[in-house]
Amino acid sequence: MTTTSPAAAATEITPPRARAMPPPWRLPLATIAAAFVASLLWPDQLGLVGRIATTALLVLSLDLLVGYAGIATLGQAALFGVGAYGAGLFAQQVHGDPLLGLLVAAAAGACLAAASGAFLLRFEGFTLLMLTIAFAQILLSLASTFRGLTGGDDGLSDFTITPILGLWEFDLEGRVGAIYAVTVLAAGLYLSRRVANSPFGLSIRGIHESRARMAALGTPVRKRLIGIYALSGMLAGVSGAITAQINGIVGLDSLGFPLSAEALVMLVLGGAGNLSGSVIGASVFTLLHHTAASIDPYHWLFVIGIALMAVVLFPPAAMAQKVWARVRGTRNTTP
Amino acid sequence: MTEILRLDELDRRFGGLHVTRKVSLALRPGDRLALIGPNGAGKTTLVNQISGVLPPSSGRIFLDGSDVTAQSQAERVRRGLARTFQITTLAPHLPVQRQVELALFERERLGNSIWRSIDAFTGVADEALALLGTLGLAHRADVATGSLAYGEQRLVELALALALRPRVLLLDEPMAGVPKADGPVLLAALDRLPADLALLIIEHDMELVFRMATRIAVLVQGELIADGPPDAIRNDPRVRAAYLGH
Amino acid sequence: MTLLLNILVDGVAYGMVLFVMAVGLSITLGLMKFVNLSHGAFAMAGGYGVAVLVGSHGWNFWAALLVALIATGVFGAALEALILRHLYRRPELQQVLFTIGLTFFLVATANAIFGPQVRSIPLPASLSGSVDLGFRTLPTQRVFVLLAGVAAAALLTWIIARTRFGIWIRASVDHADAASGLGIPIRLVQCLSFGAGAALAGLGGVLGAELMPLEPYYPLKYLVLMLVVVAVGGMGSIPGSLCTALVLGTVDTASKYLVSEWGSLLFFVAMGLLLAWRPRGILTR
Repeated sequence: MTTTSPAAAATEITPPRARAMPPPWRLPLATIAAAFVASLLWPDQLGLVGRIATTALLVLSLDLLVGYAGIATLGQAALFGVGAYGAGLFAQQVHGDPLLGLLVAAAAGACLAAASGAFLLRFEGFTLLMLTIAFAQILLSLASTFRGLTGGDDGLSDFTITPILGLWEFDLEGRVGAIYAVTVLAAGLYLSRRVANSPFGLSIRGIHESRARMAALGTPVRKRLIGIYALSGMLAGVSGAITAQINGIVGLDSLGFPLSAEALVMLVLGGAGNLSGSVIGASVFTLLHHTAASIDPYHWLFVIGIALMAVVLFPPAAMAQKVWARVRGTRNTTP
Repeated sequence: MTEILRLDELDRRFGGLHVTRKVSLALRPGDRLALIGPNGAGKTTLVNQISGVLPPSSGRIFLDGSDVTAQSQAERVRRGLARTFQITTLAPHLPVQRQVELALFERERLGNSIWRSIDAFTGVADEALALLGTLGLAHRADVATGSLAYGEQRLVELALALALRPRVLLLDEPMAGVPKADGPVLLAALDRLPADLALLIIEHDMELVFRMATRIAVLVQGELIADGPPDAIRNDPRVRAAYLGH
Repeated sequence: MTLLLNILVDGVAYGMVLFVMAVGLSITLGLMKFVNLSHGAFAMAGGYGVAVLVGSHGWNFWAALLVALIATGVFGAALEALILRHLYRRPELQQVLFTIGLTFFLVATANAIFGPQVRSIPLPASLSGSVDLGFRTLPTQRVFVLLAGVAAAALLTWIIARTRFGIWIRASVDHADAASGLGIPIRLVQCLSFGAGAALAGLGGVLGAELMPLEPYYPLKYLVLMLVVVAVGGMGSIPGSLCTALVLGTVDTASKYLVSEWGSLLFFVAMGLLLAWRPRGILTR
């Protein structure tokens, strides 16, 4: 223990410590519990649960970049798509085992992210944003051109996925798919929380808030950013793989700009920078879409348009804080 | 004693502006060098070149005998160079303790550790709190650095530089904007710096300069016009003419 | 040789359309530092305005064009004054989010009013034929687009360089905080510039209706194109936008003629290279 000065010993004040980091198992368990409850309440909507979980994984990958590292990107679909096509092609050409496919997609996503990050992360702000868009569009064009490989506009679909661990086959009701997706999401959340809590994660937050300071502390800033970019790419690739495996088809929209934009919207809706926002945002957005779109596709645009504008004008976090302050104000609190 | 920092004809231009004119300077361990000069003389620009933020147009920089002119900031820090900034560059939303822990993690080369939680590194936390304690900031450890008073923020800047256990420390106007009340704590911290640390301090506060400097260098319009012990500088006619009329 | 000329003519025409559509966005970004992703809606509004007035109500094309542009400009100015200007101090991500939401809303509105089908703009007889230049003939429409683009660029350059308003704009772009202290009516400058940019976008929507058909999803479909012109050209730079639009427009057209199976690959590769080479704008160091 540190030595205490006479003054401190006399008053017996222990210095306040910074708040401890949240335990890594909390969010994954909460997510699994929520998914379980949802599957009990709506047993015929397991496909939807699976979709929300896969989407949440993509949004989680984006949170690591946008929320933690402060890197705004509209090209996340590139990493998602590479994972999706990677898993599909692997099943088609090599082996249909889904878990192996996940590994392939994880590696593909991580490698592509690291390679592109080495170039892209030389830039910042709006320039970086536009370059991520360009990168994803270039990949999209390539996928469209090499339609012998990717199936082009028709998509990649003649591959079969063998049962998971030889036991569980993907069924039409989506039960196996949902459990699969939620499990992988939980693992992803656990991994992300561990990284966020680590010295590496702390340095990423430091880079986000003050690059100049971190450089002056001896941080190899670019290398760290490439590292978090690779992790993000890995999760996005896995998300793509699960989508491909559950749906049995990979389309060009996996690489499209709308997917990147939607992921960003979901992240900001749910709250960036604390990991749980990805699950919340993905759930709210997907449920809204599901409900509104079944009425009329353009209806959906009205709903989401107004919701987005409302969230910006009346941010939930600020609203919640105001409510909380009101509640606190009614009691006697010491400053 | 060997020099720990040496500048060889450091020169820097910005288009037509000649901001650093062939500056040569050497620091030995234990030196307390105050760099003074009128506003716009190029003092911060010089420090930016030494720390690696800005590359010089020509000239060389040696740290402990090695040529570091082409090396990055991070590499120079690893060789024992640390600096503070004139404008606070602290991460506003991080608690003070975490900000100091960041410096410690970098020093210990733990920045690439991705699995263990920062709370598991109790030694680091203890050292961070102890360091903050020596600067009178222990009671603010859990406060976001952006919420600190300006004087406290300057102290945190100093804490970060000290956490790195540097051999050469560059302080860019540590007293600037600090309220009178917080002055003594900062001064006491500066007094307690390790004796073998080489210190280069940019300051306008002449009381501080004459109190702690063993050497004074005078920079005017990018040129070093004088470099010597305080008494010699005080009486140097060129310096009086150019500057000491504050 | 004919092929090369065709590429050049179509490419420059396409470039002019891109320029006219995107220049307002560039000015807004440079002037107010406001990321307005709903800019494409103005192009759509102008296009729909003319399509409806001429197609459904039998108006004269030129009258419809004038009315549609004025209406779009007023719409833009009103949007800026009533809603958008409250967001100037918000972080970029919030501006992005809000304007995306606004875009979705306007897309849905367009569908509600005009229906989901693609609309075309019936051209008047004066623009339907060809112009004989001696060494070859060109569709009159292309010539009109070229002239309109040049006129717009010239008019903008003249305003910026020679008028009081132009000085106000330049001062506000370069020194936003100081500008109001200098007595520049900054709110007026912002509002009028926004409205003018919207009207120009509307013109672009009309000019480009052949290549970029009018439909409710228009603002989302062509958003990336406009962002590209602004990013590569440099925010707030009119010559930069013009140069970028012409270069990239020609690259894309050439690509469509020569290697159509590659899609937009060359366009985005060219864009990436240009942006990486000159991140602050193609004409800025």
